[in-house]
Amino acid sequence: MSDLYESQRAMRNMRQAAMQRGVIAILDVGSSKIACLVLRFDGPGRVTGDDGVGSLAGQSAFRVIGAATTRSRGVRFGEIDAMQETERAVRTALQAAQKMAQVRVDHVIACFAGGNPRSYGLAGAIDIHDTVVSEHDVARVMASCDVPDFGEGREVLHAQPVNFALDHRSGLGDPRGQIGNSLACDMHLLTIDMGAVQNLLYCIKRCDMELAGIASSAYVSGVSSLVEDEQRLGAACVDMGGGATGLSIFIKKHMIYSDSVRLGGDHVTQDISKGLQIPMATAERIKTFYGGVVATGMDDREMIEIGGDTGDWEHDRRTVSRAELIGIMRPRVEEILEEVRACLDRAGFEHLPSQQIVLTGGASQIPGLDGLAPKVLGNQVRIGRPLRVQGLPQAATGAAFASAVGLCLFAAHPQDEWWDFEMPIERYPARSLRRAMRWFKDNW
Amino acid sequence: MQPVNPHDAARRDPAPSRLSYRVQRWWLTPNFRRMVRYGLPIASIALALLWVFSVEENRAVIEEQIAEIRRAVAERPEFMVKAMAVDGASEELGEDIREVLPVDFPISSFDLELQDMKAVVEQLDAVAQAELRIKAGGILQLEVTERMPAIVWRNRGTLELLDETGRRVAAITHRSQRRDLPLIVGEGADQAVPEALALFAAATPLEPRLRGLVRMGERRWDVALDRQQRILLPEQGAVQTLQQVMALDQAKDVLDRNIIDFDMRDPARPTLRLAAPAVEDLHRIRALEIGGSGQ
Repeated sequence: MSDLYESQRAMRNMRQAAMQRGVIAILDVGSSKIACLVLRFDGPGRVTGDDGVGSLAGQSAFRVIGAATTRSRGVRFGEIDAMQETERAVRTALQAAQKMAQVRVDHVIACFAGGNPRSYGLAGAIDIHDTVVSEHDVARVMASCDVPDFGEGREVLHAQPVNFALDHRSGLGDPRGQIGNSLACDMHLLTIDMGAVQNLLYCIKRCDMELAGIASSAYVSGVSSLVEDEQRLGAACVDMGGGATGLSIFIKKHMIYSDSVRLGGDHVTQDISKGLQIPMATAERIKTFYGGVVATGMDDREMIEIGGDTGDWEHDRRTVSRAELIGIMRPRVEEILEEVRACLDRAGFEHLPSQQIVLTGGASQIPGLDGLAPKVLGNQVRIGRPLRVQGLPQAATGAAFASAVGLCLFAAHPQDEWWDFEMPIERYPARSLRRAMRWFKDNW
Repeated sequence: MQPVNPHDAARRDPAPSRLSYRVQRWWLTPNFRRMVRYGLPIASIALALLWVFSVEENRAVIEEQIAEIRRAVAERPEFMVKAMAVDGASEELGEDIREVLPVDFPISSFDLELQDMKAVVEQLDAVAQAELRIKAGGILQLEVTERMPAIVWRNRGTLELLDETGRRVAAITHRSQRRDLPLIVGEGADQAVPEALALFAAATPLEPRLRGLVRMGERRWDVALDRQQRILLPEQGAVQTLQQVMALDQAKDVLDRNIIDFDMRDPARPTLRLAAPAVEDLHRIRALEIGGSGQ
């Protein structure tokens, strides 16, 4: 546990150093595209807290000065499948973004959807020595959470305290300075496969960059696509990507559950390709131009040329009606939504006070999804687009960039994680110099 | 169709090579950029110059070139000086000036050092002040203010003309050449010319008898009159003392009497030295008075 703590703290320090230097890159490694944004941080921004607007949760502090997207190669289900290919794709995106920004970037914050994210709810409780809760007590209660055995080869990606309870009062956001006898804490732990992280790390190292932070793309999509009251009252964000569909549930502005379905837009394309006997690239084009999930009478008459280059006239002049295309797409989309429904049921989503579901990600742009989704997921479904941030090019404001934009917000205004608190003294190895330093600091 | 070039498939990948990626990142590094843009050109130019100048022949050639260009400009007719005009000097002084300024006309005005020439001309004793300038038309105009002789100084057998400050103006061979100027004599007399002039001014009533002033021991003046008469003046307040003597002379005609020295070295106690016949007369008169009273 201790070395994870160290590595996460190192990453956080690196991110702070990057913010001091003023530029940081955002890298969203997806199955269908790799997006890279370059952010410039220049102080607290023009909007100050005086007029009651606030600092917009850190959004006014940064500006997007470079953006680049490239077709993803070698990524499947949100995980790196072919290392060399992925490395080249990442390099393309990073180079183009740096070129646009006209600045050299050394630190990168990355997110990805794969790696089988798994959520754990942790609870811990301690007795407080001197009635007033100190930061040290907060660290201690977090350390007292009994970490489940999440298995070999898994790594903790997020460990966020979501709730504190002091004696019999629960739902405290910040217990520091309050008076009580026993402090309890609920923590949300997200683990992923270590291999996925290491592959990504290797790719970024090969691009002469340093990883200054890593996040789950389901989490950051939720950060950018859910509006504030949805985050507060409880909502689920479904990030429908190319190779994987991420799911994150928020309440009281904390993520409490995350899961992913290894199905996405690429599977829809695959179905079209197989069903119509056309190459993947054509299938992708037809899907984006003519795709849909609700067929109408008009769609029977709208014929789509699907082409081909075999030289056989009959084969190359094939057409298909839009209704047929919808007939291929709809079952797959329904399947994805049903899988999401199953995940939500597993998570106990129906017990939340608010049942809002927000669909985002590239695959959420299928026309007619807003009619289909309520049939599977329930009434309160909307299609979400990410927040607007300063300087973001028009081309990168779509739903497909939800996780990239969320990562910007994550960089500007990170949530407290377990490793942001001082490590409790019991965790230090005995007889270490730092333990002695801590003892001095605490007692004088 | 089969791809003609087997590398076509690879070329469709838009990814930059690792090298080009790194080069671009270097290029986006501000310091590297500055170095390439300014540092390298400056360094290469400096190196090239160093290399060129490190060879002796190159340096000689470049110096020659520079001299050639300078000469070409300086020798344009607009810059040439063809003659010298001397204003305000006597003919003799003009000759002297031309002698001490050996300028070969025509000469370029770039080669004339007017400050140095002015210093050389002003070193001449007869020149009080000189002004040099190059006039349009290539003429070196020299305006000279001559030093005016005020006094004749006889010292160790030479006769010299001095101006009112004591600066030497010229030498003369005979006193008769400048009989209009007063004469001073003696070692160090040139150091006290202003005082001497003041004494001459004070001695105007004695003008017909006045022969000159003698500097005694480089500290005080004697006024020499005809008939071997002398007025000995003190070091301090010589002019007042002389005026005193003049007043005494007017009242009592002291100087017309048979005395040799009128000693005023101590102004409070004037002393007279009588000539030998006068002394005898005095003795005789005294004896008569003593004899008469003794009887």
